[in-house]
Amino acid sequence: MADTMTMRVTRYEPDLDHEPRTQDFSIPLRDNWVVLDGLNYIKDQLDGTLSYRWSCRMGICGSCGMMVDDEPVLTCATFLVDYAPGPIRVEPLANFPVVRDLVVDISDFIERLPRVSPWLVRHEDEPVDDGEYLQTPGELAEYEQYSMCINCMLCYSACPVYGLDPGFIGPAAIALAQRYNLDSRDQGAADRLDVLIHPDGLWGCTFVGECTTACPKDVDPAGAIQRYKLTAAIETLKSYVEGPS
Amino acid sequence: MPHRSAEPLAWLAFSAGGVLAAVFAPVVLFLAGLALPLGWISADHAHLDDVLSHLLTRIVLLGICVAALFHFAHRFRYTLYDGLQLARYGTVITAGCYGLAMLGSAAAAAVLLLNR
Amino acid sequence: MTGPGALPRTYRPRPSIWWWVRKRSYLLFVLRELSSVFVAWFVALTLALVWSVERGAEQYERLLDVLSNPFAVALNVVALAFLLLHTITWFNLTPKAMPIRLFGARVPPVAIVAAQWAAFAAVSAFVIWLVVG
Repeated sequence: MADTMTMRVTRYEPDLDHEPRTQDFSIPLRDNWVVLDGLNYIKDQLDGTLSYRWSCRMGICGSCGMMVDDEPVLTCATFLVDYAPGPIRVEPLANFPVVRDLVVDISDFIERLPRVSPWLVRHEDEPVDDGEYLQTPGELAEYEQYSMCINCMLCYSACPVYGLDPGFIGPAAIALAQRYNLDSRDQGAADRLDVLIHPDGLWGCTFVGECTTACPKDVDPAGAIQRYKLTAAIETLKSYVEGPS
Repeated sequence: MPHRSAEPLAWLAFSAGGVLAAVFAPVVLFLAGLALPLGWISADHAHLDDVLSHLLTRIVLLGICVAALFHFAHRFRYTLYDGLQLARYGTVITAGCYGLAMLGSAAAAAVLLLNR
Repeated sequence: MTGPGALPRTYRPRPSIWWWVRKRSYLLFVLRELSSVFVAWFVALTLALVWSVERGAEQYERLLDVLSNPFAVALNVVALAFLLLHTITWFNLTPKAMPIRLFGARVPPVAIVAAQWAAFAAVSAFVIWLVVG
């Protein structure tokens, strides 16, 4: 196997470029190197002006998501050897505005997360003296999968509906709503339903399923959204039967 | 209380039609579109008439047809929105798709119930 | 130059109208969605059959005649392929949309998919039995 590889990196400097361009770098190809190691090599050895986000290097901070050969991935968990002999293409996350090089503007995503009240909503708090809100392992299992989200935005990048209609609230936000809806300690399901039953909420999703494919934490946002559609439809039917409250 | 939008109802009809179409459509299309016209199997007319004119057959077929038409309307509407990026003509597309489903349902009711 | 307080100039690519040919999974998705057209065709064909059979043996033979010309056969072969695509994708996605619990345990997705195919086989056999008699 060759001991070097070409990494084709998207560059964009807002003051100089009208649109992104690519730049090729030759990087060492090592068995234990991930894409992020390649980017760090470029930054340290070849071109210090390259901009990208990263932090933990262990798949938990959710900041190093990029498009590698057209697939949204965590670059800290994607090995170079899987793309040998290359060239391997590294681009900024799709469906987001590009700020510079591989850095995207995530303010749209950050703005919509709190819309679904992603915290435990209580209408009446139990007295502190009564102790904690207890939960059985079965009740934990109901939502545990959805609590694994690390906000890496790979699902937004994979979702064609979000790409076409930026008003769509998107996979992670809906999965996060389900994470709290299914929590036995939470009482906020009705409030979240009001937000998500809106046309920009659940209904834009056409179950492409790419969010689930892209998710590095097996959250399965696509499944969460379909389950929530059923809940929302049943709640709507109930409201017709019961009349206006 | 959730907003009383029609979208959840449209989705329920889409789902019901999806299930019925998944189970019934392939075999019916295989029979009516290929097996009978090409003579792979033969069914004499009198027998077919007996089966198809039974009230229960008619009611089941009407249910399948109406649900399948609304399944088509909902899915095709979103295909136009996303596949062809026509979401800006949403109102026209919505009216066209569900309007077509309603017309089709009326035609199905006429064929299946009126002429018996 | 970017003045103080000014937002950085971001680049937002416009999604191509051909976005769905770029990836195999997107293409499969659009084909799945287009199966809805053939679901409508299935309804039209069913109604035509009922209408013709009711009009008598002659009208029924005329319908079979029209349907046996090569264009109609080709159309129906394509239609059957799309309807099977619909069935396969629909059955595969059901366990995701509706996780079922029995006796406190989650039913494995494979079992749900298998149960649907069993129902499909039973219904198909029943319909063929009805028609052949």
